[in-house]
Amino acid sequence: MNVTIAPLPPARLAVLTAAYRQNIAARRRQGLILALAVLVCTALASISAEVSPLKLVENIGNFTTYIARLFFLDNGRFVLTDPVEWYWGLGKWSRLLAETLLIAYVGTALGAIGGLFLCFLAAANLSTNAWIRWPVRRFLEFSRTVPELVFALIFVIAFGLGPVPGVLAIAIHTMGALGKQFFEVAENIDMRPVEGVTATGGTWSTMVRFAVLPQVASNFVSYTLLRFEINVRGASVMGFVGAGGIGQDLLEAIRKFYYSDVSAILLLIIGTVMLIDLGTERLRHRILHLEGRK
Amino acid sequence: MTELERLKRQHPAIFAPSIGQRFGGPIAAGGIALSLIGGLWHLGFSPGRIVDGMGQLGTMIGLMFPPDPGSFARAMIYLNALGETVAIAFLGTFAAAILAMPLGLLAAKNVVANRIVHFLSRRGLDSIRGVDTLIWALIWINVVGLGPFAGVLAILTSDIGTFGKLFSEAIEAADKRPVEGVLSTGAGPLHRIRFGILPGVFPVMLGQVLYYFESNTRSATIIGIVGAGGIGLHLAEQIRTLEFGHVAFIVLSILAAVAVIDAISGRLRFAIIGKRAVPVD
Repeated sequence: MNVTIAPLPPARLAVLTAAYRQNIAARRRQGLILALAVLVCTALASISAEVSPLKLVENIGNFTTYIARLFFLDNGRFVLTDPVEWYWGLGKWSRLLAETLLIAYVGTALGAIGGLFLCFLAAANLSTNAWIRWPVRRFLEFSRTVPELVFALIFVIAFGLGPVPGVLAIAIHTMGALGKQFFEVAENIDMRPVEGVTATGGTWSTMVRFAVLPQVASNFVSYTLLRFEINVRGASVMGFVGAGGIGQDLLEAIRKFYYSDVSAILLLIIGTVMLIDLGTERLRHRILHLEGRK
Repeated sequence: MTELERLKRQHPAIFAPSIGQRFGGPIAAGGIALSLIGGLWHLGFSPGRIVDGMGQLGTMIGLMFPPDPGSFARAMIYLNALGETVAIAFLGTFAAAILAMPLGLLAAKNVVANRIVHFLSRRGLDSIRGVDTLIWALIWINVVGLGPFAGVLAILTSDIGTFGKLFSEAIEAADKRPVEGVLSTGAGPLHRIRFGILPGVFPVMLGQVLYYFESNTRSATIIGIVGAGGIGLHLAEQIRTLEFGHVAFIVLSILAAVAVIDAISGRLRFAIIGKRAVPVD
């Protein structure tokens, strides 16, 4: 096989090359403008946020020594040489960690129930009345956008210190977040079962129960499990504002420079979150797999 | 009648469900309900307390209207702090994205095919992610002092974990064929990453970063509670001193800022990658 490619005539080639150059130049120009815009934004933001790389460079030693210091006991020995001393408060901490998990569990469950009831009212294909849909959606958006800790701060004043405001804060935020994910799932269902149930004279609630719920249940459970893991992390800092869980002890340990306590509590939290992450991931895969087989 | 029998023979599972199928659902629901009630009781919920609290909450919400910052000067202070919050989120998110890029490559199986590196980098990123932004803020305050810079560093640190994980997953899901194409021209490992992998995954990554900019604006509103800059400090202070008119004003301005950023980042995301699901947090 011997193929020769004839070169283009110079005039034609010049036109093409010029077009190519122009194209590239335009793209470069666009990139340059974008980079400049990002730079200007960064500069403005840096002034506003009092960024000072110098301070960071000067004090970065503090960070590394701080992290290293976390792993040494008060008597100057490495923590692993005396695990009993390191985890001296294990009993108390496990109790608080269990409380944290319980706060996350109850908050997630209450929020999921709230989201479940509201999501069908917010889905455009199931709730055709815009007068209901619009306020429900705005309410979910509000619950989702206001951070949990802000709710917790307000609830601490209304309900008193302790885990109750923590649970309620997590429940409200979860309701907003799950409600949105739920109604997006519900909007993507197959509408034929809905028509079927409506044709037999079923009411709206029968329709949701027998035509919609079977289609969305596995996705709902999967999203709820994912949210549970996020909420365990959220519940671990609820104690910062006095809303229960292990956060209070952690805050105290950090503020009072009980270095080894900080690492002990942090490792407990990280370990728990990882275990829950793995557990819920397995469960989610199993549930979604079950659905796929049907 | 014969029709019914034929159907019964064809689908025995539907006509005679096993005990597990018949009672599994109700038992699971009952278990969840029981544990929920037990949990509520254990955590100190009681009807009296809820009714009391709701009453208090009602009074507080009543005091929130009309939202009122008190004076024009206070309003300017709050809006300035809100700007600081957005600045913290912006710097933290984008600096984290730049720093997480090499880590994402390191933690992706198809770039660094070493089990030990993969395991260590993934677990390392998980540990960073497992520590809440507020805790990072407390740690950074020890290093650079109180103020918004500690907040930037806190968001940066916790986002390195998140982005590292998301980026490595995006890279692992990337199309293999461009890489093979680049390799067949005799390219080195850096060329493979630059021309084989990055063009495919860069838009996905940018979409994720833009999404997190919005979510970090929400996180940045609370790190002020521990003294790391932004509007959180004012918000916590006004809640604690029961100035609910101020609280309502601050919350409404946060909602407006988040809505604006959401609209901008949503539009940019749509322009870059089209509509695509991004994990919601």
